[in-house]
Parts: sequence; structure tokens; C-alpha cells
Amino acid sequence: MRAQTTQPTTTYMPPDEVFRQRLAARNRRGLFSRILFYASVFTALLVLVILFLNVLNETFGTVAVQYEIPPETLTTAVTSLDELEKGDLVAILDEHVGRRFRVILRNALSQVPDEQYTTAPLRDVFNGKIFPAELGNHVIGDLEQHQLASILQSNLSQSQLRDLVMREVVVEEVVASWPLYDTLFNKDEIEAVTAEEYPEATLRFKSWINRDFLTTPMSSVPELAGIRTAILGTVYVILIVLAVSLPLGVGAAIYLEEYADDSRINRMIETNIRNLAGVPSIIYGMLGLAIFVRLLAALTSGAVFGVEDSNGRTIVSAALTLALLILPIIIINAQEALRAVPSTLREASFGLGATQWQTIWHTVLPSAIPGILTGTILAVSRAIGETAPLIVVGASTFIVTDPDGPFSKFTVLPIQIFQWTSRPEAEFRDIAAAAIIVLLLLMLAMNATAIILRNRYSVRY
Amino acid sequence: MAVFPREIVKPNTMLSNERYAVELRHVNIFYGRYQAVKNISFPIERHKITALIGPSGCGKSSVLRAINRMNDLVPGARVEGEIIYRNQNLYADYVDPVEVRRRIGMVFQKPNPFPKSIFDNVAYGPRLLGVKKKSVLDEIVEHSLRQAALWDEVKNDLKKSGLALSGGQQQRLCIARAIAVEPDVILMDEPASALDPIATQRIEELMRELQSNYTIAIVTHNMQQAQRASDYTAFFNIRKQRFDDGTETRWGELVEFGRTDDVFMSPEKEETADYIAGRFG
Repeated sequence: MRAQTTQPTTTYMPPDEVFRQRLAARNRRGLFSRILFYASVFTALLVLVILFLNVLNETFGTVAVQYEIPPETLTTAVTSLDELEKGDLVAILDEHVGRRFRVILRNALSQVPDEQYTTAPLRDVFNGKIFPAELGNHVIGDLEQHQLASILQSNLSQSQLRDLVMREVVVEEVVASWPLYDTLFNKDEIEAVTAEEYPEATLRFKSWINRDFLTTPMSSVPELAGIRTAILGTVYVILIVLAVSLPLGVGAAIYLEEYADDSRINRMIETNIRNLAGVPSIIYGMLGLAIFVRLLAALTSGAVFGVEDSNGRTIVSAALTLALLILPIIIINAQEALRAVPSTLREASFGLGATQWQTIWHTVLPSAIPGILTGTILAVSRAIGETAPLIVVGASTFIVTDPDGPFSKFTVLPIQIFQWTSRPEAEFRDIAAAAIIVLLLLMLAMNATAIILRNRYSVRY
Repeated sequence: MAVFPREIVKPNTMLSNERYAVELRHVNIFYGRYQAVKNISFPIERHKITALIGPSGCGKSSVLRAINRMNDLVPGARVEGEIIYRNQNLYADYVDPVEVRRRIGMVFQKPNPFPKSIFDNVAYGPRLLGVKKKSVLDEIVEHSLRQAALWDEVKNDLKKSGLALSGGQQQRLCIARAIAVEPDVILMDEPASALDPIATQRIEELMRELQSNYTIAIVTHNMQQAQRASDYTAFFNIRKQRFDDGTETRWGELVEFGRTDDVFMSPEKEETADYIAGRFG
């Protein structure tokens, strides 16, 4: 018991003036660390901004365009191609294209496979399109040039015809390109260089990311290249990755959190799952190559399911490899989510006479679902960006046909970007930047979904 | 109504008589190698309220949780001895703990409604047991909420989340949830310790009302509560043993069991009197 005095006779605390000095020093130290934290955040933001500016810089810019046949020579002085009638556009095509007309018609309207185009009757070739009914039994070779022209005219709109003229007659070629920075600040220099080196070229502002870029397949000419196959490939791969890794990951997490006892072997399993999450992705690529591409070729090529002339380098192989890659991440995230469910809820459920499975299904999982989904989406958005394992597994670097199922060859966005950035032509870098923007937008959308899910369904206890 | 198979009654178990809902006989509870309580024996009388009191760490909660086999959920927990319910030892091999918990319900210290609607909270138990018809569930929910004295306060927003209620209402919701499966016995583990005095009083009144239909055992730290709201009191205390190497082991023992009035007014043991008078604990 301490003596009952109002003033303690001895004190171990410093006298007031020392206390104040020390307080000032303590506050100074606090300020210093606060500045340090601000600086870290600022640096991170700065790096992010530089990254974005760099990508945007490449994606937009000025191009010097040269035409095989300049559009102004095709028309009278006052009108541009945009204002021409459909008939006039067809006439221009008729005049300049000659024998390629049938090919154009095939690309635009044909309803039959390419090899049957010249032999099939027209009612099949133009099935559902507008064409003179009395020609139904003829083949394409029987038609006169003017008949071809009128079929084209009656089926396509003005803007479609204008695009055809631009593509087939005018044939624009990008001879030089400048990034956004030069476009904004060095316009004079661009004009000088163009006037000197490409006197026939015209300058134009171009956004490399546009509708054509999204909807056309790969091409060896950067202006014509698009990322349609890559986007489709990415979507296919991600769907399969989700379908495989979500049930497996959540199942494993439920076992480890709810059923497994604290034995040595279970602890070892958990530690190793954590280690697997840190294994470099290229090693998963080697695993995928050895197991899915080679060993299980019959399965992953679809041979078992009757798919012919395919090897193991398919969407399925890639998706299974990526699923393995993110499986540990999903398990760890799902475990965290399950662990965050208060044990009082489990007790409440058991206390009412629920079995273990009823408790998990009716109480634990509903509370953990937002966390599980958030973790899964973040893991999947990592899978979207993976390149190395897919190179090993054998993604195609040049492919123009859309993937038509899980057993087809494929490419994905990062592979496409990787391939384009390794090309020497400057224009490929521009479209690589455009593809990066698409990839970033895709990831941003997924992460936003994760945040929305978390905010919407998370429960506070 | 035969609940457990009756033919497998061990010959040496004395049949508990109609008077007792649950009878503990020489119960020892272990967590791993550590023994939490030693040799506990007392009965819980039907349609009466039995209070378990004692200082922190005396094992009264462990004993309560042993009665409906909630201790099974703790890894390493083990119960020896017999807990007799309807002439069966609850720890016999053939007894499924899931059925025990459905017959002997529990209300916890911290109100723990599910993050579901009030209706779904109460309907949770009946649904587990396979009640699907909406009209039946409606009836069960209303009846249970009425018994828990919560119906008038929530009847217009049964769809509201159970977590949106006040602490006292949440605890009464948990009681409604427990009685929705029509248990024989309700175990309450310090049900009012997280509540303010007014909410506490309501819970105590509620216990008195439920007494006519249920047998109640309650763990409490609050002497006045035990005195006011219980018919029987079991007082537990901590025993210590010091070994030569300086280590110490402690466990809980039942010191005194009797009618609440007797235990509080004229305790048989000195330490009971000391504890009740607030001289330790």
C-alpha cells in the first residue's frame, strides 16, 4: 500500500523542463517518419503516373500516311469520299480493282467456305443476301463485272463501301509515326521532317486503339493488326481457369480450415501451399509443358473427344497451367476469408444442432463468400497478365483465326504485347501500347468488380 | 418419446429420476494434458433454474459446455465421467453430439445472431431439422419470438438483419433461436454480461417466464443475478497444487451445491461465504 500523500515524495519521472525538451525531440522524430511515409507514397504514385503517361504517349500520336492512289485523285475537287454516293464508290472500285472484285465480294458477302466459293450455286453463296433471284443456279464465274458491282452495291452501306475503297484502292500506308509528346510539342519539326523525307505523305492524328484494332485479328502490317484473337483467347483461358481453380481452391481451403486437425502433416501441407504461391511462374510453365502439353496430350489436344489435327498446345493446357499457378493464392485467400468468420457464429450453428457440413454451408460460407470472391478475382487478374508460363506452354505468337473451342490454338494479350514489343518497327510499339491499355482496362474492371463485391456483401459483426 | 436407443443402457448406471433433467456424475474435463475440472457431480432439476457461480478460471463454463458437448469442438478437449440425460450417458459411444445439442440448447455470452434476417435467424434451427413449409416456419418464428418477449418489438420488420438490433434484443433473438428447436434444457453462458442493467433485467424476467417450459442452467459472474434468478446454485472454486520444481497446476472443483437461498443465506463452507461476501474472486 502506498502512503496517502497528495504530493509523492520521490518521483522517477523527469523534471518538467527535461520532459519538454524530450517531447520536442519526440515530435521531431514523428515528423521525420511522417515525411518519409509521404515520400514513399509520392514515389509510388509518381512511378504509376510515369507508366501511364508512357503508355498513353505511345498509343496516341501523329502518323505520316502515304497513299498508293491518293483519295483526292479519285473524286472531283470539291467532294471527299465521305460524301460520294454508293454508286460512285462502286464505280471507283470497278475501275481500279478489276479481277480482285470477286475476292472482295467473297470477303464481304460469301456464306460458304472459301474453297466452295467458285463452285457453289449463288443461292448458297449469297444465302440471305440481296441478289437477283434468277441467277440462283449460276456460279460466281458466270457473272459479269457489272452484276458483281450491283450485288455489292445493294448489300453494303455507304460507309462500308467507303472503307472498301480506302482499303482496296487508296491503300494507305503509315510511313512514319510520332508519339503524343512530339505531336503536342514538336509539331513544326514533324512537319519539317515529313516535308523533307516523305513529300507525298499527309500528316494525321491517330489513336492506335480504336474499333478496328479491337475487332480485327493479327496481321504482319501494324496498321492492319488487331487484338481480336488475343482478347478471345484471354477470355477463353480465364473462363476455364476460373472453372477449375475456384472449386478446387475453395474446397481445399474448406478442408484445411474446417476439417483438418492441427497435425504435423496438415501443417506441412499449409506451409507448402504458402511456398507454392511464391514459386516463379515460369516453373509452372515447365510443369504445364511436361504434364498438360506432353503427358496428357491426348486429353488436352482433344483427341479423346474427337478433335483432329491439334497438338497439346491448346487453350486447355494454358488454362490448366494458369489454374495451377493461382491455385495456392486462391487457397490462401479463401483460408483467410474462412478464418475471418467469427467462431461465435460456428458455435451458434453447432449449438442449434447443426452438423459440421450444415454449419459450413449455411453459416461459414455465406459469410466468407465476399472475401473468397475478392481473393479469387485478384488472383485471376494476376493470371490474365501472366506471359512467361504461356510462352513455355506454347501460345501461338502469330495466329489469325479465332479460337473456336477449348482445344484450339490460341494467343493471349500479354503474349501479343510481348511479341509486338520485340519487333523492330516503331509502329508495332504503338500497337503494343494500345494493347497494354486494353489489358490494363481489363484488369482495372476486374479489380473494380472485386471492390464492389467486397463493399456490397461484406458483413460487419 | 424415445430419443436415444434405450436398449443400450449400461447396467451400472443409476437411472436418473423424473426430478432431474440432467445429472453430472464424477465429471472430469481435460484440455490436452491439462485438467480443467475435477470430479464434478450435481443435478439440474427439471423446470428450475440452476446457477453456476465461481471466480474466473474455476471451470464453470467448461462444465456448462460439457453438458451439450460443445467441448467436442475444442481440439484436445476430453470429458470423463457421466452426464446423464433421459437415462442415457451423453458421452456414450452411440450418442451423436448433433442430437445432444438439438435437445440441450445454448445461449452464449456475447449475442451472436447470424448475419441474416430476424426471421432466418429463428428459422435456422427448424430448417436444419428439415422443416420447409413456410406456414409452419411462420408459426414457429412467431411462437419463439413471443416466448422470448421480442415479438412485439420486431413483428413488423422480420426481414431486418438480426445484427441491426440492440444488444439486449440480439440476446433475446438468440434465446428465441435456441427455443425454436424445442429443446428440453437451455444452457446460458453469462447471457447478460455484455448487456446494460435494463437489458439484463429483461433477460432475468425472461428466464423466469421460460422456466415453466424449459430447464435452465446459467453461468454467471453476477452474485445478485444468481440470487435473484436461480433456484439452485453450484459454487465452484479454484484449487492449486505447487510442485517441488516450482511449477503450479490449478483446476476447478465444486465446493457447494444446494438451494440458492441456502447457499446464499447459510453457506456450509467458509470459502462460499467469503466469495459471496465479495472477499475474493
